[in-house]
Amino acid sequence: MTVVENNAIKKKRSVGGAGRLDAMEPTAGEINARGVYAWFGKRLVLENVDLLMEKRKVTALIGPSGCGKSTFLRILNRMHETIPIAQLAGEVELNGVNIYDPKERAAAARRHIGMVFQRPNPFPAMTIEENVLSGLRFNKIKGIDTETVIEESLTKAGLWNEVKNRLKEPGGGLSGGQQQRLCIARGLALRPSVLLMDEPCSALDPTSTRRIEQTIQEISEDVTVVIVTHNMQQAVRVSDYCAFFLAAENEPGRIIEAGETTQIFDHPVDPRTNDYVNGRFG
Amino acid sequence: MVDQMTVKAPPEDIEITGEDQDVKERKLKPLRPKEFQPVDFLIFGLSVLSTYCITWITFKQLTLLSGALGFVVVWAVLFIFCYWLVNRQLFTKQVAIDRFIASIVSLGAFLMVLPLILLTIFVITRGWALLSPHVFTSTQQGVSILSKSQTAGVAHAIVGTLEQVGLAALIGVPAAILTAIFINEIGGRFTRVTRVVVTAMSGTPAIVAGIFIYAIWIQAFHQGYSGFAGGLALAVLLLPTVTRGTEEVLKVVHQDLREASIALAAPEWRTVWSVVLPTARSGLVTAILLGIAVSIGETAPLLMTVFGNKVMNANPFSGPQAALPLMAFQQIKLPLQSEINLGYTAALVLFILVFTIFILARLLSGGRKRGGGFSALRSRIFTASVGSPASLMNEGNADGAEEAFDNIISRETE
Repeated sequence: MTVVENNAIKKKRSVGGAGRLDAMEPTAGEINARGVYAWFGKRLVLENVDLLMEKRKVTALIGPSGCGKSTFLRILNRMHETIPIAQLAGEVELNGVNIYDPKERAAAARRHIGMVFQRPNPFPAMTIEENVLSGLRFNKIKGIDTETVIEESLTKAGLWNEVKNRLKEPGGGLSGGQQQRLCIARGLALRPSVLLMDEPCSALDPTSTRRIEQTIQEISEDVTVVIVTHNMQQAVRVSDYCAFFLAAENEPGRIIEAGETTQIFDHPVDPRTNDYVNGRFG
Repeated sequence: MVDQMTVKAPPEDIEITGEDQDVKERKLKPLRPKEFQPVDFLIFGLSVLSTYCITWITFKQLTLLSGALGFVVVWAVLFIFCYWLVNRQLFTKQVAIDRFIASIVSLGAFLMVLPLILLTIFVITRGWALLSPHVFTSTQQGVSILSKSQTAGVAHAIVGTLEQVGLAALIGVPAAILTAIFINEIGGRFTRVTRVVVTAMSGTPAIVAGIFIYAIWIQAFHQGYSGFAGGLALAVLLLPTVTRGTEEVLKVVHQDLREASIALAAPEWRTVWSVVLPTARSGLVTAILLGIAVSIGETAPLLMTVFGNKVMNANPFSGPQAALPLMAFQQIKLPLQSEINLGYTAALVLFILVFTIFILARLLSGGRKRGGGFSALRSRIFTASVGSPASLMNEGNADGAEEAFDNIISRETE
């Protein structure tokens, strides 16, 4: 993107909101969660989670089902609060700005912290290029060369060569893996600082999975990636850092161990981590 | 089901090199185990015929029973029994039961469609006599008892109906869609109350809607009869139908899409406007059509609001107007055969009008058929054409809810 376009985004962000997130530059950022708690109704599902996700690195959240990984991920871009009975406590800082500060708007946080979901969910009523541009359109960001954004986002998501001749076709016509990469492109078009991925490959076949993993590696040069995965090998392949979540029976989820992926998988400190990464439970 | 049981690929994909004639033939014959073979048609036809004969003998020769209805009922029951028995003898028990149930279900469906077919035939045969291009261009102005029946037309009623229903849709449809969005997307404390009120409203007798508008518009504001008053009354009837239909359609839009939109920092109204409504577009059109279908045929609310007119009144805001259903009602009560015939013609024209509106709306709302002049036009009118990923819709596709009440509307082939 050219300087003019950057300014267009910056200008848009500085208008209106009082929060510091609105004025933030669209560059990769580090995200720091401190003392995060989460509830569904009265049930505590996440207790005192601290985690630093470093700039331009891939952090994998691993752990058995129901340990709060996805909940934690959704807290990182304020998606948790969209569930009616959900509550939370704690702080999440993006480049030192607390996204839960009362001055910050949820939309501002989500603009900087994009998300890719478990099931590919391109908008079925939109074409491929409209899907890519949807984020810009939703946020009324104008004065941007849309063709550049489309090509750049799709190239980063590794989809450009496959779809460049059919940008006007509906996004639903693509294969599952392509749809998921379209969703990644859609997220990247907003130039987020962080991209969250909630089991992005669990609905895909091995070939598509490999393609997405490759994409993750490539985009981590520009954005910070946080990925939830159930696949140990995937965590090893794509992540630089790893956090192991675990919830004992009838207890909230906690981080048992976090650190460099090689450390977690080769020399885990906690015996439970050792058991899990070696497939002995979960 | 049937497709999954197909064992062999179509023959053109298979290369035959072998010399064995048997193998060659077996390879060449695609198998569809559940398909009706000629012998099955024979069994079916003979069962129908033989049970007809048995019923005839029983009715006309052995007993003193009479009446067409009784005949048909006995025939149907005998047929189902006979069909089961034959299949039981020739094939397995499973096949017999399968076909037994299938014939009961088909019979039920047939019974549902039959009145509609009879009704259509009735209206067409009665209204056909006077139907000519002339009918669409002339009114009843200056038509007296002495004039020839061919001189009268229904143009004034067509204009009246289109204006009244158009106004009703203009008032009712946005209100209904907003109500449905409130119930389904925004929610809150009043969701349930709203839903109950809407449900109760759908039970409003049409005549009450007419009296209501008569009381609060024509009486209270000293307005005369007008097409607009009729439009108001019809809007009251259209509102609950469209609201419920829209609500069902919105429910089918998968939550994933709303989340995706929120995650892209879209405000709530943006999510509804740019994601939810376009995804549900085809179903929305069906809901709106259903509302129009409900209101276009209503006579009762028009009695007290538009009153009826024998001359053309194209201004819906002042003076009595004609309307097709109202005209049919008023004409059929008259003594002369020519006047009654004109009433049936009005009914037939109403039929034609409804079908035309439905087909036009279907074409414009866009099926999944690609190519052709219409789809090009469509993609220019609407931003995108539909091609929903099956995985995102609860019912398998974007029209899941639509199909639920789509039996009224003939669909394009997929």
